[in-house]
Amino acid sequence: MFRTQYDSDISIYSPEGRLYQIEYAMQAVAQGSTALGLKSKTHAVVVTLMRSSDELSSHQRKIFKVDGHMGIAISGLTADARVLLKFMRNETLHHKFVYGSDLPTGEVVSSLAMKSQRNTQRWGRRPYGVGLLVIGYDGDKTHLYQTSPSGNCFSYYAQAIGSRSQSARTYLEKNFKEFPELGLEELVLHGVKALKESSGKETLTKLNVGIAVVGKEQKFEILKPNKVQSYLDQILQTEGEIEIENENENEKDEEAETLELKLD
Amino acid sequence: METYLGEKQQASQWSPYINNGGSCLAVAGEDFAVIASDTRMSLGYSIKTRYSTKYLKITEKCSIVSSGMQADIFTLHKVLKSRAQIYEQKHGKPMSTDAVAKLVSRLLYYRRFFPYYTFNIVAGIDDEGVGCVFSYDAIGTLERVKYSASGSGSSLIEPVLDNQVALKNRNDIKKEDYKLTKENAIDLVKDAITSAGERDIYTGDFVEISIIDINGTHEDKFELRFD
Repeated sequence: MFRTQYDSDISIYSPEGRLYQIEYAMQAVAQGSTALGLKSKTHAVVVTLMRSSDELSSHQRKIFKVDGHMGIAISGLTADARVLLKFMRNETLHHKFVYGSDLPTGEVVSSLAMKSQRNTQRWGRRPYGVGLLVIGYDGDKTHLYQTSPSGNCFSYYAQAIGSRSQSARTYLEKNFKEFPELGLEELVLHGVKALKESSGKETLTKLNVGIAVVGKEQKFEILKPNKVQSYLDQILQTEGEIEIENENENEKDEEAETLELKLD
Repeated sequence: METYLGEKQQASQWSPYINNGGSCLAVAGEDFAVIASDTRMSLGYSIKTRYSTKYLKITEKCSIVSSGMQADIFTLHKVLKSRAQIYEQKHGKPMSTDAVAKLVSRLLYYRRFFPYYTFNIVAGIDDEGVGCVFSYDAIGTLERVKYSASGSGSSLIEPVLDNQVALKNRNDIKKEDYKLTKENAIDLVKDAITSAGERDIYTGDFVEISIIDINGTHEDKFELRFD
């Protein structure tokens, strides 16, 4: 109701105690195409849907390597993501140089949270309009974190961000209890199935699906298109079942929902 | 303090440098390179440790070995490793061997007025798939060669390589007939450093040897004399 009065600057609270600029920034994340992450005891996986603006252009990369044991999937403003990526790469490399070990994922994410918060409380700056899903393997454990423009960071068993992510999230909520004991192959399959829930009318191909894995004895690796295709083929075999489920879930008014959902 | 001849004698000054000994060598073939270093770290007439690595794999196609002062070797290798990662993140691909060679030269010259006490050899496969070896002095003078040795055993190893790889001073063999195979090169490198270990007190304990070809790097280790 009071939105237009209290949303012109990051430093203005609304009477309900909300900072609308941050919520608008989180809306930028929700506009990006779907990225989701899930983890087991031994591996963590991210799966993304890569958009291309037209047939002539390449698909927008959404997965980036930070270090041998850590990587990110992004949703939102890619340019902002590049800044945060550079920051993370710097932190991890510096730690490796000084201490000779991998920087724990949680610590990088904490630094990222501090960095993001700074932009919500400084004159002339704006929040980073990108959400990251950070996966990593260190200290014999897998990690999955979500960062948001607000500066809040949470650890997850599984999470999906971006447009139409609610469908993927519902799938993950249904299945996450069995993730911890799964092997890598099955984990990735769940990820791709979850992505299919969010893909809407778009067909999943090896060109527009990105998958990356990290884990025990597995350095962070972005899978090559042929490997992606092999997972898609496995999903196609069971496609009949999934199509029936999709018809029941789609076409809700996503926009109205996302604002409330993003208040984390 | 003046002696009776009138010369000035100075008290010995503190030096930031020490020599931890050890030998390194590398040989380039047509489509491969072999690089090796011992692992003994000495100080004076004592052994500080029998295993202190002088070898660093930078990419699948390129490695470096360094002799001299262990502290500087360690630091130089750390810096090089970080720089290689930065390059890979920036350019999306690993450094070529030529790029590594140039980078090492620049890193060394950067410390022109307080040098790294390191005598480095970089070896690997160049962009055309040909084996290459680069040798340096302490401040980064760069030269591409077919083989090189550095360290306390270098004066024992270099003549052997001159004779066996470059075929110098030989009357029994024609250069055109001779081709250095990978197996010969590996045996030669092993024999050369083993022989250095026989006579040079600072060379011994273990050898880390690495064979680099189009398929990547294969690392191995064997023992030398412990005396």
